[in-house]
Amino acid sequence: MEMLHLTAGRVAGLLSRRGVAVFSTSGVKMASHGGVTEQTDMSVPLYCDRLDTPLPDRPYKDTLSAADKSLKQKEKGPWNSLSKEEKLALYRIMFNETYAEMKKPTGEWKTVLGGIFFFIGFTGLVVLWQRYYVYPPHPRTLDDEWQAMQVKRMLDMRVNPVEGFSAKWDYEKGQWK
Amino acid sequence: YINTRVLRGLQSGLSSDRLWSFSSTASVAARSYSHGKQETDEEFDARWVTYFNKPDIDAWELRKGMNTLIGYDLVPEPKILEAALRACRRLNDLASAIRILEAVKDKSGPHKEIYPYVLQELRPTLSELGIPTPEELGIDKA
Repeated sequence: MEMLHLTAGRVAGLLSRRGVAVFSTSGVKMASHGGVTEQTDMSVPLYCDRLDTPLPDRPYKDTLSAADKSLKQKEKGPWNSLSKEEKLALYRIMFNETYAEMKKPTGEWKTVLGGIFFFIGFTGLVVLWQRYYVYPPHPRTLDDEWQAMQVKRMLDMRVNPVEGFSAKWDYEKGQWK
Repeated sequence: YINTRVLRGLQSGLSSDRLWSFSSTASVAARSYSHGKQETDEEFDARWVTYFNKPDIDAWELRKGMNTLIGYDLVPEPKILEAALRACRRLNDLASAIRILEAVKDKSGPHKEIYPYVLQELRPTLSELGIPTPEELGIDKA
């Protein structure tokens, strides 16, 4: 009978997934030294700078200084009475990056390309080291002297005399055609 | 909404008296169903203007509306944006009003003529409410 073979490994996998589910509700701080890393509380509205979400779930600054608070009060009146700096301050209370700042090029490509070249170069060094320290000595059949004797032998036995190797050798003059 | 097909009319001059109009036979819905009545451009615009014109609109509805609208593959009509800006005014939220203008410019993508046209159409509202453009605040450049 072909039954599903539940190996011990598979069972352990299923059980451990259950175990992780129990732990993860209290935060994804696994067995580390003391859990110093700060964990974002995903259960409250979060701020985000996204081009496709112009108005995030909450303002950027939620703890306002006294100056900010009075500015927010002033915002309830006519906006024409606000100065340019005040309008800018109101924007910065609500939002972190402007659209222009979000879209600013990062220059990350330079890091990526530089990294690529660096590791290619490093690999080149490794290959060079291998050439001198790892490869065994050349077989003698690759020496020029041996190769010359090999070519003479091939010509002597007329290898491919019609269209190939020996056809290119001029036997009268003793040279390549 | 501003369909890029109609941009050809824009190139003939951005004067306030319209030399072109949306073809009223165009029934391009925001959603594509294979059957059922398609919403016309005018119905779409009217629906969104009504949404933002709700007198007691709350901050969540403003955010939800704007984020949804920006999610569509179109640039909202100036009349929709005017309603949204007035909603910001009712909610005493100048920052969001400026953000909406930034989002419109971003939505236009490579079609650089759309944003100046929208600002031109919104100029009376912007002056009345005292909403600065991102350019006036200097935040259009990083």
